[in-house]
Amino acid sequence: MSSLSELYQNVILEHNRSPRNYRVMDDADGKAEGHNPLCGDQVTVWVRMDGDVIGDVSFRGAGCAISKASASLMTGAVKGKSREEAERLFARFHQLVTGTLPPGESETLGKLAVFSGVSEFPVRVKCASLSWHTLKAALEGRSGEQAVGRSGGHAVRESDGPVGKSDGVMGGPAGPTA
Amino acid sequence: MTATVSATPALDVERLREDFPILAEPVRGKPLVYLDNAATSQKPRAVIDAVSRYYGVENANIHRGVHYLSERATVAYDGVRARVARFLNAASPSEIVFTRGTTEGINLVAQSWGRSTLKAGDEILITGMEHHSNIVPWQLVAAQTGATVRAVPITDTGELDLKAFDGLLTDRTRLLAVVHLSNALGTINPVRWMVSHARERGIVTLVDGAQSAPHLPVDVQSLDCDFFVFSGHKVFGPTGIGVLYGRASLLEAMPPWQGGGDMIETVTLEQSTFAPPPARFEAGTPPIAQVIGLGAALEYVEAVGRGPIGAWEEELLAYATEQIGDLVGVHIIGTAREKASVLSFVVEGVHPHDVGAVLDDEGVAIRTGHHCAQPVMHRFGVPATARASFAFYNTRAEVDALVRGIRRVQSVFA
Repeated sequence: MSSLSELYQNVILEHNRSPRNYRVMDDADGKAEGHNPLCGDQVTVWVRMDGDVIGDVSFRGAGCAISKASASLMTGAVKGKSREEAERLFARFHQLVTGTLPPGESETLGKLAVFSGVSEFPVRVKCASLSWHTLKAALEGRSGEQAVGRSGGHAVRESDGPVGKSDGVMGGPAGPTA
Repeated sequence: MTATVSATPALDVERLREDFPILAEPVRGKPLVYLDNAATSQKPRAVIDAVSRYYGVENANIHRGVHYLSERATVAYDGVRARVARFLNAASPSEIVFTRGTTEGINLVAQSWGRSTLKAGDEILITGMEHHSNIVPWQLVAAQTGATVRAVPITDTGELDLKAFDGLLTDRTRLLAVVHLSNALGTINPVRWMVSHARERGIVTLVDGAQSAPHLPVDVQSLDCDFFVFSGHKVFGPTGIGVLYGRASLLEAMPPWQGGGDMIETVTLEQSTFAPPPARFEAGTPPIAQVIGLGAALEYVEAVGRGPIGAWEEELLAYATEQIGDLVGVHIIGTAREKASVLSFVVEGVHPHDVGAVLDDEGVAIRTGHHCAQPVMHRFGVPATARASFAFYNTRAEVDALVRGIRRVQSVFA
């Protein structure tokens, strides 16, 4: 398989065509907007908590196939998980797309493993992680802007996050706003 | 067989391509099809050799020593200033200021001329077609002086609305800053006409020539603009070097914008007096190797001939416009009557980043994104476009590779 078909696996193309949970949520507890100033991608993520777990999560936005499919698969992956579980999953997902996940651990990511091809395309790491950064902001009820590091204009570093704007209310005990 | 009579001799493109070593480099296992010339152009061996020779056997600082190498470097450096003056048909080499690039040239004018001249209530007129580098410096100086920035709107075809332009020239307008050739749309603006309208009202004018200098003949005396800026790296020269042309009477009245060595006459611990232009605006050791590389680039361009370059690029753009225009589900953004070099497009249902990624896999390098012209993207209601931009070393076969690549994009995302 060429690296291009590794990048655009069928599952990704299918989620790009028919994204799941692609809707506004009226009864959300948390909401955040993320955008990638480099390419103009924009996403809004809504979350509703059900006790300690994520009861519902949805998104809307405009972006490339990688960013849209990533948001769609993310919504399926985090529903029913606690905030800590979701954040641990994001950490492993980030390792996957940056090519730093220890060998043999990609199975723990389930369907999200289809994004392994992203690690061959460093400029696309931001596309794949935009919705995750935005979910994190929605869960933390973060307000204000998170600066974006633009190392060299294109290279993506661990510290690179989206510009997140959140009016969420989920600042839990582990959150920085607690 | 019918003979066609052409005013300009045709280019031997295949032979010219041999002057550019990178064009023979494979990319992702395929021949490189470089269609991102509006971002930066490739360098001919003459430029690479000139920079290398300077560092290898000529390196010395300028305007500072009596030794042999310093004199040689000074002569070479000032010789390029004279060459640039000829390239732009400026009245004198003293009207040529070396900068870091187009962006720095505009910032220099904004912070030197603008900051010392503009007052609250004054208006700076730009257009909706500007690159961020011809927007943000004016917003900064407007915030410092209380001036306001206004913009000429764009029509649906991607031309400036010239009726609105007339209405926007008011008694408060102090500056017109306009792009000659749009990097996002390829539109050639009627800058000579706009400059003459502005100058009738005593308005100072700046033309952003970042895209026009590599593709169109430029004559600053005929344009009659007060300032003209361009970048070395888009005219086949090095990065880190650009040019600000300024009308002598304006440069002489402008205060320095950076202080340091080389821009002074005398310095005491209390005060300094400043050198006349252009030295007044070139504080510190300049990018000497880059200036020498720029000189080699302009020499190369003039040897190829700006007439034949323009004629071939026009033919290539017309061919690409026809081929891409024929594709179902592909829309060209920017259909002005007068265009050069740039072809922006969107593929229905596919984000430009995905278009770029598939083309890259075919060895075809294009730009995707907002092209540092977000107001243009907003005007056309798209987050981004894919952009192919041509130089004289591009071929019809490369346009065909682009078209094949777009068909593959459509099949991957069908």
